[in-house]
Amino acid sequence: MTEAQVVRQLLKPALWLAGLAPISWLVWTGFHGGLSADPVKYLTHFTGRTTLIIVMLTLSVTPIRHLSGRQGLGRVRRLVGLFAFFYAVVHLLIYFVFDRGLVLAELGEDIAKRPYITVGFTAWTMLLALAVTSPLAMVRRLGGERWQRLHRLIYFVVPLGLLHFAWAQKKDLSPLWPYLVAVGGLLALRLLARQPSRRPRVRASRVPPEG
Amino acid sequence: MLIRSPADIASSEITPERLYLDRRSWIRRLGLGLAAVAFPRPLLAAQGDPNSWEEVTGYNNFYEFGTGKDDPARNAGSLRTRPWTVKVEGEVARPGSYDLEALFKGIAQEERIYRFRCVEAWSMVVPWNGYPLGEVIKRLEPTSRARYVEFTTLFDPQQMPGQRSSVLDWPYVEGLRMDEAMHPLTLLVTGVYGRPIPNQNGAPVRLIVPWKYGFKGGKSIVRIRFLEQMPRTAWNLAAPREYGFYANVNPAVDHPRWSQATERRLGKLIRQKTLPFNGYADQVAALYRGMDLRANY
Repeated sequence: MTEAQVVRQLLKPALWLAGLAPISWLVWTGFHGGLSADPVKYLTHFTGRTTLIIVMLTLSVTPIRHLSGRQGLGRVRRLVGLFAFFYAVVHLLIYFVFDRGLVLAELGEDIAKRPYITVGFTAWTMLLALAVTSPLAMVRRLGGERWQRLHRLIYFVVPLGLLHFAWAQKKDLSPLWPYLVAVGGLLALRLLARQPSRRPRVRASRVPPEG
Repeated sequence: MLIRSPADIASSEITPERLYLDRRSWIRRLGLGLAAVAFPRPLLAAQGDPNSWEEVTGYNNFYEFGTGKDDPARNAGSLRTRPWTVKVEGEVARPGSYDLEALFKGIAQEERIYRFRCVEAWSMVVPWNGYPLGEVIKRLEPTSRARYVEFTTLFDPQQMPGQRSSVLDWPYVEGLRMDEAMHPLTLLVTGVYGRPIPNQNGAPVRLIVPWKYGFKGGKSIVRIRFLEQMPRTAWNLAAPREYGFYANVNPAVDHPRWSQATERRLGKLIRQKTLPFNGYADQVAALYRGMDLRANY
């Protein structure tokens, strides 16, 4: 099998399964009374955390690709990113439907008044922009250079998401630690992938990813 | 009586989702409904559905046993509640160490079904068993200098593993103004659903002040102190801008980071409006006449 075939026939189906696993688990546990005494909070937190984790995974694709030398990995970045957006949409919808009762004015008021919502919604809007411009046709329309500049927004999504998470806590910030450790891991990966000997790869990353 | 029915969303509107999410608890509620028909009034006064035993005893804020909502139920087994003495100190004619039973001797235990509103904007309805704090205080004969009462939770990291973390400044201290403490709604709680209060809910004795946010109700109380000055309280010390001494439930005064206008009643999917003084305004609003409730949050 060629690398492209491995990606298309094995890696992508596996990623689809992995990407749908969290929501499948939620539905299953929902039917089995596993959503705690406060199911809305549980669903909101679960989908929020899932979004953060998947966004971090998208950020790990490029350094792993550079480190492993398997350029084909770039083809799965869009799929992973779209799954992050999917969970961000579910997260926002649960909040909008159950917490704000589908009232747009209330959503607007929250976005304007509550810093943790302002920040979370900003991150969500960024993910929306990235999702909308993810098809190849959009890459061509924007041109690789501009497309890439736009997609650097992903770097802001993680800190904004973490700030959103932290501000929503009452006091105890310990739930954030695993995510901060993961951010540290991501930065380390980037540094490793930036070894001078790997410099030529900078050009390779200019090629818009497909898949 | 003092207990009023809240103007809730009709439960018929949301039952289908409830059924779908948690069939067993719904069936149990049906049982409670039948019990309400079968038994005399005060036991299950019209108050909306009380939350289930599992909800009341499985979803708790009791940082002494961890900060997760299910941590207390998991970790509170290490708490030894017998024997239990409560020290009475300060501006009081009859100070001393009281056995729990001695503290309540001659006072009739009551069942009170109260709304419970957490500052985090979730709420429950709980059938507590306990003794009006005012009755207890009268017997202790506070002096004329006593203007505040302070309640201190047990400090013992051996029994309370959460106290090894510095998330709050231990021990947990709460307090009330004297007139709040004497109010007939204020309860020293020793039971839930007619059973001894489980450790995770603050065994063997905790405070319940139904018109205030839940954090005002100190748990596992080992000391009651009568003071001339307002005591420093745990959450107020931790974040003074976010948690005041009074902490009356007030939909018009938001938490600095989130709204207090609505709340999620556990077991209901859609939020409901939060009532001033948690629905007990008729009984307690007079205590705060002339006070700026925005400044005294």
